[in-house]
Amino acid sequence: MSLQSDDIQRIASLARLSLTPEKSERMLAQINDFFDLVEQMRAVDTQGLEPLAHPVAAMQDIALRLREDVASEPNNREANQRSAPAVEHGLFLVPRVIE
Amino acid sequence: MSDLHDLSLAEMARQLRDRRLGAVETAKHFLQRAAGHLAGADSTGTGAYLALDPEVTLAQAHAAQARLDGGQAGVLEGVPVAHKDIFVTRDFPTTAGSRMLEGYRSPFDATVVTRLAQAGMVTLGKLNCDEFAMGSANENSAFGVSRNPWDLQRVPGGSSGGSAAAVAAALTPAATGTDTGGSIRQPASFCGITGIKPTYGRASRYGMIAYASSLDQAGPMARSAEDCALLLSAMCGPDLDRDSTSLDVPAEDFSLRLNDSLQGLRIGLPEQFWGQGLADDVRAAIDQALAELKRLGAVVVPVQLPRTELSIPVYYILAPAEASSNLSRFDGVKFGHRAADPVDLLDMYRRTRSEGFGEEVQRRIMIGTYVLSHGYYDAYYLQAQKIRRMIANDFQQAFTQCDVIVGPVAPTVAWALGEKSADPLSSYLADIYTLPASLAGLPGMSVPCGLGAHGMPVGMQLIGNYLQESRLLNVAHQLQQHTDWHQRRPAPASKEIA
Amino acid sequence: MSARLVQGYEVVIGFETHAQLSTQSKIFSRAPTAFGAEPNTQACAVDLALPGTLPVMNRGAVERAIQFGLAVGSHVAERSVFARKNYFYPDLPKGYQISQFEIPVVQGGTVQFYLGDELKTVRLVRAHLEEDAGKSLHEDFVGMSGIDLNRAGTPLLEIVTEPDIRSSEEAVAYAKELHKIVTWIGICDGNMQEGSFRCDANVSVRKPGQPLGTRREIKNLNSFKFMQQAIDYEVRWQIEQIEDGHAIQQATVLFDPDTGETRAMRTKEDAADYRYFPDPDLPPLVIAREWVEDVRAQMRELPRVMAARFMDQYGLPAYDATTLTQSQAMAAYFEATTRACQQPKLASNWIMGEVSRRLNSGELSIEQLPVSAEQLGALITRISDSTLSNNAGKQVFDALWNGEAPAGQAALAQVDALIEAKGLKQMNDSSALEAIVDEVLAANADNVAQYKAGKDKAFNALVGQVMKASKGKANPQQVNAALKARLG
Repeated sequence: MSLQSDDIQRIASLARLSLTPEKSERMLAQINDFFDLVEQMRAVDTQGLEPLAHPVAAMQDIALRLREDVASEPNNREANQRSAPAVEHGLFLVPRVIE
Repeated sequence: MSDLHDLSLAEMARQLRDRRLGAVETAKHFLQRAAGHLAGADSTGTGAYLALDPEVTLAQAHAAQARLDGGQAGVLEGVPVAHKDIFVTRDFPTTAGSRMLEGYRSPFDATVVTRLAQAGMVTLGKLNCDEFAMGSANENSAFGVSRNPWDLQRVPGGSSGGSAAAVAAALTPAATGTDTGGSIRQPASFCGITGIKPTYGRASRYGMIAYASSLDQAGPMARSAEDCALLLSAMCGPDLDRDSTSLDVPAEDFSLRLNDSLQGLRIGLPEQFWGQGLADDVRAAIDQALAELKRLGAVVVPVQLPRTELSIPVYYILAPAEASSNLSRFDGVKFGHRAADPVDLLDMYRRTRSEGFGEEVQRRIMIGTYVLSHGYYDAYYLQAQKIRRMIANDFQQAFTQCDVIVGPVAPTVAWALGEKSADPLSSYLADIYTLPASLAGLPGMSVPCGLGAHGMPVGMQLIGNYLQESRLLNVAHQLQQHTDWHQRRPAPASKEIA
Repeated sequence: MSARLVQGYEVVIGFETHAQLSTQSKIFSRAPTAFGAEPNTQACAVDLALPGTLPVMNRGAVERAIQFGLAVGSHVAERSVFARKNYFYPDLPKGYQISQFEIPVVQGGTVQFYLGDELKTVRLVRAHLEEDAGKSLHEDFVGMSGIDLNRAGTPLLEIVTEPDIRSSEEAVAYAKELHKIVTWIGICDGNMQEGSFRCDANVSVRKPGQPLGTRREIKNLNSFKFMQQAIDYEVRWQIEQIEDGHAIQQATVLFDPDTGETRAMRTKEDAADYRYFPDPDLPPLVIAREWVEDVRAQMRELPRVMAARFMDQYGLPAYDATTLTQSQAMAAYFEATTRACQQPKLASNWIMGEVSRRLNSGELSIEQLPVSAEQLGALITRISDSTLSNNAGKQVFDALWNGEAPAGQAALAQVDALIEAKGLKQMNDSSALEAIVDEVLAANADNVAQYKAGKDKAFNALVGQVMKASKGKANPQQVNAALKARLG
C-alpha cells in the first residue's frame, strides 16, 4: 500500500492542514515507511472476530450509562469564553460562513 | 531541609499532620528546587516544568495548613504534587505541550486534579510533556525538551517526560502522568522512578485532554510503589456523572495488600518479550530483579503473547485514528490559537492548525485521517480493532497460567537527545513492550531494577489482569522492601539539582 | 395505485426529518435546551468542546426515541451504537457530530395517512439519535459571522424514509402526518419557526420503469406552505434539465421563498467523506425489552389506533375518524362533545364543519375555542330532539361563540336559555301546524293547482309559505310530511 502525493493532498485537505511541498514530501516518505509496517497487520486472518472498540468490553458487558434529564449547568459564558480568540456580544466571531 | 525531598509521601503526610512539618515550607522547598527547571530554548535544567506560579501554590499551601491546624486534614494534606500539562486546571494555564493551547485557561479542573486536591495536595505547577501526549522522548513539546536528570543529554522518555524528570530530580514528590501506549511506564523506566497505569476506566478521563480515547489513562508517578498506591487510591474511583467510560467499580485502597507475601506467586514471562530486540544490559537488570522475586517465593513460568509485534501497527492505526478526530476541535473558533488575519474560513482552519500543531501531531492526524477515510476503514481501522481483541484474548490465555506478567518496559535505556527525532518510526518500534497492555486495557507498572548501559536506569514492567493494581503494587513493594534500586538518585549533573 | 406523472416523468421523493426532542437538557450535557436565550448562555463546557470534556447520555432522549419507534411500529434496537461524523464547520464545536451510523436505535416502521380518499403508506428506513449543531448569524457583522452554540447538543431524532413518496402533495401529507405523530406523543414541540421540525426532501425524476434518477436534496423545508412549492419547482427544473440533455448532478439545494426557486448550495469539497467510526467515548446503547414494554404501557393511544376505535366505537367513517384525530385536543373535544349528546356523527359534522371553519378563519387552536364541548353537546342534543332546526342551531352556536350564554349555569340550561331568549324554538305541535297548512293552502290556490299539474317547484313555494307563516319555527320535515299528506 503506497501513498502518492495526491493522497497526501487529499488527506491534508480533509484534516484542514496545509503542508509546504517540502513537508508534504517528508510526510509522504514517513507515512509510506509506516505503512510498510502496517502491511503485516492486514494479512492476519481475523474472520469471525468482533472488533474491540472499548477495552472494558473484554472485561465485562458494557452498556452506555444514562443520566436523568435535568438541566443543571448554570450559565458560565464569561469563564467559558475567556480563552476565545474573537467574541462580540457573546458570539464567537469567525470569517464569514458562506452557505 | 535537605532531606525533605527524601521523605516518602506517607511520611511527609504524617509529619504534616503531626505539625512537625508545615505546608508552606514544604511547598517553598519544592518551588525553590523547581525554579531552574522551566522548559525553554535556553534551559540548562531538566525542562520538566511548563508552568510555575508560586503565588497560587502558596495560597493553596496556606489553605492546606489551615485545614491541618483545624484537624480536617485529607489523606495527603499539604503534600505537593505537580500535574502533567494534559490535565486541565483552573489555576494554571494548560497547554498539552502545544502552541495550539498557549495561554489557554480552562474554566474547570480535571476530575483527577480535583480528587487529589480533595485529598489535600498542593499543586506546584504543570509538567512538560510531548505535544498532546504523542511521543516517547518529550522532544515533541512546543516549549522545549525535557531532559533526563541522570544524564541531561539524554531523553527522559515520553510522553510524561516532565513528570518523570521532576520526580527523579526531586522537583516534586509526586506527579500525575498519562499513559496511552506507555507514556507513564516508559519515562518512569528511563528516569528510574515508579509509575503505574491502572486498568482502563479506573481513573476519570474528564479533564484529561484526549489523545486516544479508548487507550488514555491517568496514573501516578513517584519514588516508590507505596507512594504510588497512596496516589492511585486518591486518583481513582468512578466518575459516572462526567465520563461514560469510567468503570463503575468501587474506589479501592490500593495500599491494603502491599505487604502480602509473594510465596507461590506465578510470574509469567512472555517469550516474545525476550527476543533479539532487547538490549543485553536491560535483560541483565531485569534478570536481577526476577532473581530477587524468586527469592521472595515467586515462581517463573513461560507464557505466550504471540501478537506482541502486531501491537505496533495496531496501536499506530487506532491511536492516530482516534486522535485525528479528538483534535478536530482545535480549529481556532472557540479557544486556543487562531492564525492572524485569515482571508476566509478555510484559510483560518488550515493556517491555525498548521501553525498550532507540531510535526508529530500533524503526522498522526494524517495517518488517522487516512485510515478512517472512505475505502480504507475496513482494511485498517476495523482490522486493527479485531487484532486488538486477539491481543486481549492472548493475555487472558496467559493469565490462566500466571498471576502477573513480567517483562521489560523498553528495549534499551534512555537514548540521546536528537538520536531518534529524525526517524519517528524507530521510536514507534521501541514501544513494543508497553503497547500490548494498553491495547487490552490492562494495568501496567514500571519498577526500577537497577542501572544499565551508560549508568542509566532500567525499569521492569509488571502487567496484571483487569483490576489487579493491588497485586502489582504488592509485587513492586516487596521488591522495594528488599532492594534499594528505587532509592537511587541521579548524581547532581548541575548545581540546580542539589 | 399509480402516481400521477409530471410531463411523463415519475417523481420519487424520500424525506429526512430532524425533530428536536423536547428534553430539558441536551443530549450529551446538562445545559438547558430552552429556545431563545442570549447567545452562548446555554452552551456549557461540553457543548463548547473545551479540552478534556466528554459526553454523557440523556435518558430522556432515549425514552423519546423509544416512544417514536413504538408509535410507527418499528423495531427498537436492543443494542445501538453512536458514531462520530467528522467534518469541519464553525457551528460544530468538536469538529465531529455524535450521531448513529451503522446501527441506529429505531429500525423500520411506517407512517400512514390519507391523501384524498387513498390510504398511503410510507416506509421508514430508520430513525436515529444525534446532536444538533449551533447557529451562524450573519446580519450584524461585516465579513464575519457570529457563532451561537446554544443549540449545539440539543437532541435530534433523524427520521429517514424509503423513497416511497410520489408527489409533492403526498410529501406534504407525509410531513404533516409525521408532525402530528411526534407532537401527539409529546416527544417534540413541532414548532417549525423555531426549528424544532426540519425537513429535507431528496427529489429525483425518472421515466416509469427506469432505474432511480440522480437525486438532489432540498434542505431546510421548514413550512408546509413552501414545501410543496419547492418540490414542484425542483421537479420541473430537473425535468427541464433532462429534456435539454443535461444530466442531473447530485447536489444540496435551498429553496428561496421570495423567488420560488431552488438553487444549489456551494459544494463543499470532500463533503461526503465523514470518516464515521464508533465513538470511543460512548459504550453501546442497550435498551432492555422491559423498558420498551414499560414505555409502551404508558404511551397515549396513538392517532391511528384512536381513529380505528372511533370508527368502531362511534360508527364514524374513516375520513371523519382521521380528521378528528389530527390532534389530541381535537380528539378529546370530540369525545367530550359526544359524551354530552350521544350523537357522534352530528358531533363530528359540527366539529369538522362549523367549528373547524371558525378556528381556521380566526387562526385559533382548538384549545382557544370559546364554545366548550359540553355547550356544543347541549346544542346538538337540542337539534337531535327537534327543539331546534339546523339553521336555528347555527344562531345559537353564534351566540355561544360570542359569549352570550348566561353565566353560572349548566350547558343544557344555557342553551335552553338562549333558545328561549331568541325565540328559536322549533314548532313541533302538529295541530298548530295543521292550522297553518290549512291557511297557506287556502291562500295559495294557484300553487296548489300548479303542483297538482306536475310542477314540483310549486311544492317548495308552499313549504316556504308555511315556514314564513310559522316565522321559521316549523319543523321542516313535519311541514313536508303534512303538505304531502294533504296534497297527495
